Amino acid sequence: MDKQAKIELGVGVLVVLAAAALFMLAMKVSNFAAVAQDRPTYTLKAHFDNIGGLKVRAPVKLSGVVIGRVSSIGIDRSNYRALVTMKIDRAYELPADTSAAILTSGLLGDQYIGLEPGGDDEMLADGDEIELTQSALVLEDLIGQFLVKMSDSKGDDK
Amino acid sequence: MQPHIEIEHLTFRRGERVIFDDLSLTIPRGQVTAVMGPSGTGKTTLLKLIAGQLRPESGRVRVDGEDVHRLSRRALFELRRRMGMLFQSGALLTDLNVFDNVAFPLREHTRLSEAAIERIVLMKLQAVGLRGARHLMPSELSGGMARRVALARAIALDPAMVLYDEPFVGQDPITMGVLLKLIEKLNHSLGLTSVVVSHDVEEVLSIAHQVYVLSEGRVVAQGDVAAVRESADPYVRQFLGGLPDGPVPFHYPAPPFREELGL
Amino acid sequence: MIRMLRAIGRWGLSRLRAAGRAGLFLLGLLPALAYPFWRVRLLLKQVYNTGTLSLPIILTAGLFVGMVLGLQGYNVLVDYNSEEAVGTMTALSLLRELGPVVTALLFVGRAGSALTAEIGLMRSTEQLSALEMMAVDPVRFIFAPRFVAVVLVVPLLTLIFTALGILGGYLVAVGWLGVDDGAFWSQMTAHVDWQDDVVNGVIKSVVFAVWIAVVALFQGEEAPPTSEGVSYATTRTVVQGSLGVLALDFVLTALMFN
Repeated sequence: MDKQAKIELGVGVLVVLAAAALFMLAMKVSNFAAVAQDRPTYTLKAHFDNIGGLKVRAPVKLSGVVIGRVSSIGIDRSNYRALVTMKIDRAYELPADTSAAILTSGLLGDQYIGLEPGGDDEMLADGDEIELTQSALVLEDLIGQFLVKMSDSKGDDK
Repeated sequence: MQPHIEIEHLTFRRGERVIFDDLSLTIPRGQVTAVMGPSGTGKTTLLKLIAGQLRPESGRVRVDGEDVHRLSRRALFELRRRMGMLFQSGALLTDLNVFDNVAFPLREHTRLSEAAIERIVLMKLQAVGLRGARHLMPSELSGGMARRVALARAIALDPAMVLYDEPFVGQDPITMGVLLKLIEKLNHSLGLTSVVVSHDVEEVLSIAHQVYVLSEGRVVAQGDVAAVRESADPYVRQFLGGLPDGPVPFHYPAPPFREELGL
Repeated sequence: MIRMLRAIGRWGLSRLRAAGRAGLFLLGLLPALAYPFWRVRLLLKQVYNTGTLSLPIILTAGLFVGMVLGLQGYNVLVDYNSEEAVGTMTALSLLRELGPVVTALLFVGRAGSALTAEIGLMRSTEQLSALEMMAVDPVRFIFAPRFVAVVLVVPLLTLIFTALGILGGYLVAVGWLGVDDGAFWSQMTAHVDWQDDVVNGVIKSVVFAVWIAVVALFQGEEAPPTSEGVSYATTRTVVQGSLGVLALDFVLTALMFN
């Protein structure tokens, strides 16, 4: 009988350790806590000329705070521009003249969408589009512009 | 009275080798029947055919009038509860102690209370003289003790027959005596049909009511002990007498020795 | 030349037949898989034998693998001034690859080989035959509990290995090399995805577990009933089990992370 008790104890230890490991992976290591909360969201759209390295599930930030995620990326067939849809936490309402930009966290970091709220009284509703967008900075273009300006050598700041 | 086991025109092959060739024999109820023959004549195979663990190529095995190889799996398992088998090595479950090994068939097949199971197990262990060894593990038992425990397990469900596979192999004289006495006692007191497969001539003949001698897949002698002892068949004479040369030659087939030496 | 071709052909056919037998073996096992759940004691014993007894090796290996990852990751990342990412790197490599794969490999060596030897021994000592004679189906009584136990235990061990590995990386990076504690964890949470990384890793380990269980039990079943046969079968379990895990890992990675 005490052999059976030993087996039960041993299996118990295994299960408790595994549960603790799962808890740690969920809460401390991965974004499970954020996903699991699953707050109600609404959808916004935006067109970009170039999304650079933006990926699905990339964060959408307002003043550096994550308020949503990119839910899909595609091409709008009518104008051949990139169409990005994102899901925004319902808790955050945004003015209709909010602008969106694709930014990079750090020199080598991942790309995310940064939102800049405007001053409009009207708020964006589910399915609305953000009209003012700024594309990702592409290094080649940047260098190209820089060279053009050098050769123009106007001396202006911009 | 209907014989307990009837084997009719049984043929069994292992690869190219013919083990049984049109073998027929009957085993009467309530008696000790010995099946003898040298190693490699398929005596263990015969027991496995009777128990339905192997399928014959042709022929029939009937136990209690039921064709063993025509039964559904469920019916076959039902039949096996009425059979006990003592394996050569004992075949005790290595992770259970003596008590649990004997209790195993009871726990699997009956809904008896633990108290009732304990009584039956102790009774069976008492019958084989190992009630005091109930807490030992199989690895702590000698070969003879393991066989006695296995015997207690084989009779745990009170079967109508017990098949003994080479019960005397590798045992010292005392253990052999104990096993012989046990087989005889069980046969007498419980009226068990016993089939003993063995090549230990004198031991088996001392308890058997009926004897079959097999050679090359066929029965070469049969009858009661006296009849077999007096058989004129040269093969039976060689086997019973333990003669080194005879129909079974001393030499493995080879070209004449002179030829090989170049003489 | 002809003889060689013939030998290759015969070898191929015998492999193919073995694969067929293994498939039938698995098929025969499927209807019995519910049985261990109402004979919980049988199952617990196997979970103990395969799982709890594998814990020491899994715990030790997990800790050391994580510490090595922390050290190596730091040495590379410090050149780019992004040593905070060492947590992310350790966590991702453990969750996606090293956790499931190394756990499976260790499990094959520790528990898979033991299963093969145990079944082979039961066969050679006629215990399986004896069970059949006692009207107990060995598939339900011996094989099914072991199969179910392996499939349950390997994912659990993988979780433990991974979590401990991350802790090992933490010890080295934060405790020893002075990476910032907060940055270590927050970077990790930002980049490790529950679905893509954690769940996929667990799915991998379940697939590995099924493979290991089939190989170990089938080799035990097929082993010739001699001590030589059993030891040879044990070796085969380790070789086929490990190579299969690595091959499956490639296939699964291609399917999941592409």
